[in-house]
Formats: sequence, structure tokens, C-alpha cells
Amino acid sequence: MSYINPKFRHPELPVNDLGYTKADYEGSISTLCAGCGHDSISGAIVKAVHELSIEPHKIAKISGIGCSSKTPTYFLGKSHGFNSVHGRMPSVATGASMANRDLTYLAVSGDGDTASIGMGQFVHAIRRNLNMVYIVMNNGCYGLTKGQDSATADAGSASKKGDPNPFAAIDLCGTALQLGAGFVARSFSGDKEQLVPLIKAGISHKGFALIDVISPCVTFNNNVGSTKSYEFVREHSEATGTIDFVPMQQEITAHYQPGTSAEVTMHDGSVIHLHKLAEGLDPFDRASAMNIVEQHRQSGQILTGLIYMEEHSEDLHEALDTVQRPLNQLGPEELCPGRKVLENINESLR
Amino acid sequence: MKLTNIKDPEYFHKVVDCQYACPAHTPVPEYIRMIAAERYDDAYMINWESNVFPGVLGRTCDRPCEPACRRGRVEEEPVAICRLKRVAADNKDDAVIAARMPEIPTQKNGKRIALIGAGPASLTVARDLLPLGYSIDIYDNQIAGGGMMRSQIPSFRLPIEVLDQEVNYILDMGAVTTFNHYVGSLKEILDKGYDAVFVGTGAPRGKDLELPGRAEADASIHIGIDWLSSVAFEHVEKIAKRVIVMGGGNTAMDCCRTSRRLGGEDVRVVVRSPFANMKASPWEKEDAMHEDIPIYDNHVPKEFVVENGEFKGVRFEKVEAVYAEDGSRSLVPTGDDPVLMEADIVLMAIGQENTFPWIERDIGLEFGKWDMPVVDETTFQSTNERVFFGGDSAFGPENVITAVAHGHQAAISIDLMCRGEDVRERPGPGVNLVSQKMGVHEWSYDNAIESDLRYVVPQADKKKTLADRKLEVELGFDRETGFKEAERCLNCDVQTVFEETRCIECDACVDICPTDCITFVAADVEEGVLRTQLTAPAGNLAQDLYVSDVLPTKRSMVKDEDVCLHCGLCAERCPTTAWDMQKFLYSVTKAGQ
Repeated sequence: MSYINPKFRHPELPVNDLGYTKADYEGSISTLCAGCGHDSISGAIVKAVHELSIEPHKIAKISGIGCSSKTPTYFLGKSHGFNSVHGRMPSVATGASMANRDLTYLAVSGDGDTASIGMGQFVHAIRRNLNMVYIVMNNGCYGLTKGQDSATADAGSASKKGDPNPFAAIDLCGTALQLGAGFVARSFSGDKEQLVPLIKAGISHKGFALIDVISPCVTFNNNVGSTKSYEFVREHSEATGTIDFVPMQQEITAHYQPGTSAEVTMHDGSVIHLHKLAEGLDPFDRASAMNIVEQHRQSGQILTGLIYMEEHSEDLHEALDTVQRPLNQLGPEELCPGRKVLENINESLR
Repeated sequence: MKLTNIKDPEYFHKVVDCQYACPAHTPVPEYIRMIAAERYDDAYMINWESNVFPGVLGRTCDRPCEPACRRGRVEEEPVAICRLKRVAADNKDDAVIAARMPEIPTQKNGKRIALIGAGPASLTVARDLLPLGYSIDIYDNQIAGGGMMRSQIPSFRLPIEVLDQEVNYILDMGAVTTFNHYVGSLKEILDKGYDAVFVGTGAPRGKDLELPGRAEADASIHIGIDWLSSVAFEHVEKIAKRVIVMGGGNTAMDCCRTSRRLGGEDVRVVVRSPFANMKASPWEKEDAMHEDIPIYDNHVPKEFVVENGEFKGVRFEKVEAVYAEDGSRSLVPTGDDPVLMEADIVLMAIGQENTFPWIERDIGLEFGKWDMPVVDETTFQSTNERVFFGGDSAFGPENVITAVAHGHQAAISIDLMCRGEDVRERPGPGVNLVSQKMGVHEWSYDNAIESDLRYVVPQADKKKTLADRKLEVELGFDRETGFKEAERCLNCDVQTVFEETRCIECDACVDICPTDCITFVAADVEEGVLRTQLTAPAGNLAQDLYVSDVLPTKRSMVKDEDVCLHCGLCAERCPTTAWDMQKFLYSVTKAGQ
């Protein structure tokens, strides 16, 4: 097994607006199983962040525990990172975001980390509309401990050498919609053409962005009988539409058929364009989104793509009216305004 | 785009850039791995089978393999392939090599072959035919075998012992040699009843320049290759102090460096073309300049200046290169005053020509353009079916490795003809493709990619080498450096073989590939379009795209071979072994195989 990634790269790699190549956004070589869907998601993150021309030091990667939560080591090697406690990633992300609102928070979690031990944390991060991208690398099993069913495993799905799962799955997208999330998407690790623009849109979205990515566990859950295998997902997935992400300042060159498309300008000025939209879906109407998610669940189809997006959402900083600058940029006078201010506060409470 | 037929041996052969570029198709990565494993004898024999003169070529080859080397496309410089060959030759065990020479049948097959000239082409023919039972007679006008390797390559680049050893490997197989004998008539040779005659007489005539003053200055002007030969055979031992060498090829470099060793103090090279366009190999130019020999480019000779019967020097006109739209070059005078360079001696190294005054024109052997014999480019047969040509005498001046490649092919033709078979029915290459998989993530080749830059070959002290024309300048890599340089090889012969029926399209190979060679994309478009749709730019049209059959998602795997590191990471990250690393050994079939 090679633990060293060769130093050489393609000599003509494209550079982004900052002059960086994709290689500048890579991490260490992965130690996950060969063929793990998570590695593809890492690849998609690298591509998305490179194309968005975000400076690596302006990103914080935060994760919990599990195969998924190991992955931040394998992408954005020059960004900040915090590998936290099992299921507690949202708390750490909340603290970090409160302290420094200027960073982009890219959080990675798994189905166990999110839908079981971290469920309580997950729902409150949504409820508070923390400004972050929350990527769930969802393989329906506990890969690190040899493939036990997780809470997102579909009823009747069987992992390798496992019995069919007797319990209904927690649908993270449905849950997020119900809790008021402002950006909800689902994708598949094997479909970068869809996943990369979704990650870009998630990063550009202000507020909480959930991307639930089905990511087959090639070792324990890629067998016949599993509903999270490469083959099953390819055969049973249906996209809400095609998403194009056009960064700010770039000209929109594609032409779209009217009637089946929608265009949204994000708060940072970039534009997402949705076309070939599924019948009956209005991605800006929560009820419509919840409806289509439920329809697909009932028919056993996997709905991918952008499911719901709120054009103007109020994130946690706005809700709490926090200071505009990161704490590390505040001077002593602002952090410790003195006796007079304290007296005023005390006075106001009398 | 059509799916790639990897069963065609030429597909993977082309991926092994060095081997593909080598006229003799030496399996370069195979012997480099053996050098890394300290198996010098095996490395030497692989070379010997292909190129016959590993010790000679490890010092003097024109190395077409190196500009082709894939390493040169991912970092600054290619692997020092040529000098690694020398490592194998320097460290071989002579007794082991002697024991591994082919057995020569005592019972001959009754066929007699004459070889005219004892240079690399002829010796290769002898090497290939003697083990098959042929009787070989070699005729040469020099005192010993080796041809231009002996007469024109100076000893400070190629020690005589190295040459003797490799020439003798062949002569000792039982060739009957007639040295010091100039063949003055091909008809005479044919009349001796030979079953075939091979002409390997090189391009023995150095070009001259008919300029004003040429006749008057005759005593001070020498033809470069003749002069080098006189030095090699010790007829000339010194030269005057001021020497002008005219010409920009490797012969010019040999002339100027030899002059420095025979007493030349103000030795200069003067060439018509710009420095960058000189024909000499870059390393030979460097070596000359290192020996304090200035190179004056853009100088066109106009006159040999003789005053009062005394040679003064050469007058040059300064020019500059002007390129037309179609890329053609013309040398346009700058208008500056002509330059007189004073000198005692001029060496003319401006090219070589073929000359066949000894071949009768009435023996069924047709001559064509430029009075060159008409020779088939595949069979090396002339229009007289018993006469074959090879080396410089076939199509004009090339180099040693090309002569060897010609010799192999001519030997095949001679063998086919003597067995009454069609010389046009060429044998296919020997091909072997074997998985290198040793374990889940283990390979039987060293797949880790070393980042080391090219190592420099050490040289002997300049003071000493300039004082002794026989002292070799390059010292060669020692074993340790040889190992490190060998580790720079990317093992391009270990092929990435893709089995589409196993692929689950998980993208793992796409994600891990350090040089972004792999894309899964619908390939039902033309190659030019497909090249624009890949993960990374695929602009090197000389390198093929490897296109798989259509996968369940209607896409194909498309791999741009251009900058693949052959690191095996695609195969390591493949969960279903759809990718495998397989060693491709391609060997040019020799006569009788």
C-alpha cells in the first residue's frame, strides 16, 4: 500500500483566480478502503473549493467521529481543521462560527455521527441556522466497526452478511426540511457533476446548508440487497433537476428551456441555475419540497439534487445581532469597554 | 472515438516512450530495474541482446530515448538512461558475461555471408547470424573491428578497452576477419560465391568547402573525420596552437576537444547556424565549452586567407537566422564587417557523405537519388537480392544505435532469404504482459515515485584529461548514484490495464490519480473533442488516449497516457481490481528466433 502520494502533478493544471491549482487544495493520501464513496466526496470538495477560489486559510473543516469524519485529513490540507467528539461536531462548529464569522465552515459527518449519537446536535444546528455546510457522508452503516446498520439504513436493506434491517430509516433531508433548514440537497458520491455544484451552492448559501450524500461503503454495504450500493443508487436515483453554479462576476453563457428552469442569485452574487426541474417541484416552496421527498420515499426512489432553498435566510449571527467582526480582530477597548459601560448595563437592569 | 485495442502490441509499446524511441527498441525500464536490484549482469545482457554495444553506447549514444522519457514531461529532466546503461557495463562480471554468450554451433549451416565494413551494423549482423550456424567473413580497411566507433570516437569518450571487449564478444564467435583490406570491387566479392553480402561501410567521406583560397591553404586544412581517424591510429600526435573547427555537429565537438589534447591552445568552434540549432548533442557542447573552447555561432565562412603563401586564417560573414512563416530558416547577413579569425589549422567537420566508388554499376544494384543505392527500408535489401545495406551506408549518416537496429533487421532478411523464405514476411515482436500484483496493495515493482532530480555524472580533473587524450573524461555513476538515478525511472513498461467488466464506476481511480490522467466520460465523440472533455488538459497529441468499452452509465474510461506516473495508485484504490498493473515486455524478434 502506498502511503505517499507522488509529488508530481499534471504540468498544465488549471489555476483559479488566486493562482492555485487543484493540487493546492489536496490533503494527505486517504487511508479509507479502496473504492470508498467518501474519497469521491473529498475529491468533489477539493474541486468545488478550488473552483470557488477560496483561500485555503479561510476555511475551517469540522468533523465528528467515523469513517466520514476522518476525511477532512484527505482534503484541503492547508485549511483549519477540528476533528471533534462523536456527534458533537455541531457544537464545535457553533462555537467556532460564533468566534470567527469570517471563515467558511465546512462540516463533515456521517450517518451514525448525525442520525444517532449526534441527532440532538444536528437538529439544533439546523434550528439555529448556523452558517455552515453540513455534509453527511451517508453509507447506511457503521463502517469503522464492521458494518452494523445505522439509523439511515432503509427498512429491508441488508448489509454484507447482515439481516434485513427491521427499522424505518431516518430521512435526514425530510428531517431538515421539517426543522426549517434553508438549504437541503441530496446527492451521490458517484455523481460529481451534480455534487460539485451543490457543494458550491451550499458554500455560497448564507445559513445552514445540508447536503446528504449517499456514499456506498464498498466493504460492508455494497452488496446485493443493500439500498446504498453503487448499483442500487444508480438504478434508483432520480434527480430533482440539473444544477449549474455560476460564480459571481462570471457571465452566464448557458441557455435554458423556459418553464422547467429557475434561477437564483445567492447573497454573495453568484447565481445558481436549476433546469430540467422535476414535475411538481418548486424548490423554493418548503411544502412542495417536503411533498416530493415523501413521494420518492414511498416509491422507493432516491431523490437527488437541490431539494429546497430559501433565497433569503437569516443566519444565527443575524438572529443574535452579534458583532460584525471576528473576535480575534477586536481590540482591548471593544472586548473590555470599562467600568462606565458596565455601570450602564447594570443600571439598565435595575 | 474507437475503443483501444490493447491486444495490439504497438499500443503499450508506445506507452514505453524510451523503448519506443530507441531505434533498437531496447527494453529500458526492464534493465533499469535490474540496475536498481544490483543485477548488473542481467541488465547488461538485456542491453546486449538489443543494442549489442552497451559499454560503447552507455558512453556515446545519441540517446533518442532521453528526450522521449516521460520523466521529462513531469519534471525538469529525463532519467539518465544512457549513463545507467554504462553502470550495467561498468559493473558486470566479465566471466559471467563470457559464459552467457550464445553458443556457436560447430556444425555450420553451409551458408556463407560476407560483411563489408566492420562497424556496428556489420558486427550486429555477425552477432545475429553466427549463433545460427552461418559462416561469416568480415572485410575492413582498418586494423581492427569497430568502424567509426574506433576511428572517430576519441578515446577520452570511449576507452579502447571498452570497445575491444564488445567488438571481440562478436569476433570471438568465429567470424573470419580480413582487416587492413580495402574492398575495391563488390563484383569480386559476389564472385566468391557468398550467399549474401552485407554492406556496412558507413558514410566515410567528410565534406569539404570550396571557398576562395581553399587550394592555396590546403596544407593547413584537414577533413575532421580523417584527422580524428589519424589521431586514433596514432599517425597524428600533435596539432598547432591555433585551431578553427568548422561545423556544429558531434564530430566538430570531437575535433575541438581532441585538438585541446594535442597541443591546441586557442581552439574555437565556428558554426553557421545559431547555437541552439547546432546538430551536436547539448551535453557534447557543454563538455567542449567546459574545456575552454568557445563556440562562435552565426558565422558563415567566406574565404581561406593566404598571404604570401602563408595561411593566415578564415574570413567569416556574420549572419542572423530569419524564420519564414512556414518555419523555414534562412541565414541573412547582418551587414557587419567580415571577421578574420586567425589560425594555424582548420578542421572541417561540416558533415559526411556516402561514397560507393567500389560498387560496380552493372551488377543489378540500382542507384537512386544522390547516387545512393536503392535500399528497402524494411528489409534492407538492395535491388540485387543478394546484397543488403545497413548503418550509415544504407540511408546516410545516422548513429551507432540506428546502425545496430539496421543490422538486426538485415540479419533477419539474410536468414529468411538463405532459408528460401520471403524477406517481406517479417516476424512479429515478442510480447509478454504479466500482472505485478503481489498482495492486496503490493506490487512486484517499486511503485513509489522518487522526487530526486537528475544526478550529474562526475568527470575527471580537467587538467589531467587535457594532458592525456586517452584518459576518459566521464567517470560514470558509482553504484550508489546509479541506484538513485535508476529509482527515478517511472517504470512506464508496467502498464495500467483496465478491465471494464469489473468496474463499478466508484471514481476512486479518478480521485487518486496524482496527474489527473483518468476521466469517465461518454466517448462517442471524435478524439479532438474528447481531448477537451477530460479532467486535465490532454494537448500532447503524440500520446494516445486509452478508451475502454462502454460502461453501465454509458460512459467510457478514458485515460490520457501523457503524464501517467505508473505509480499504480489507480489499481491500489480500485476495489474490484478493474485496474491492474501489468508488466509489458516487448522485444524485437531477432534472426532465427
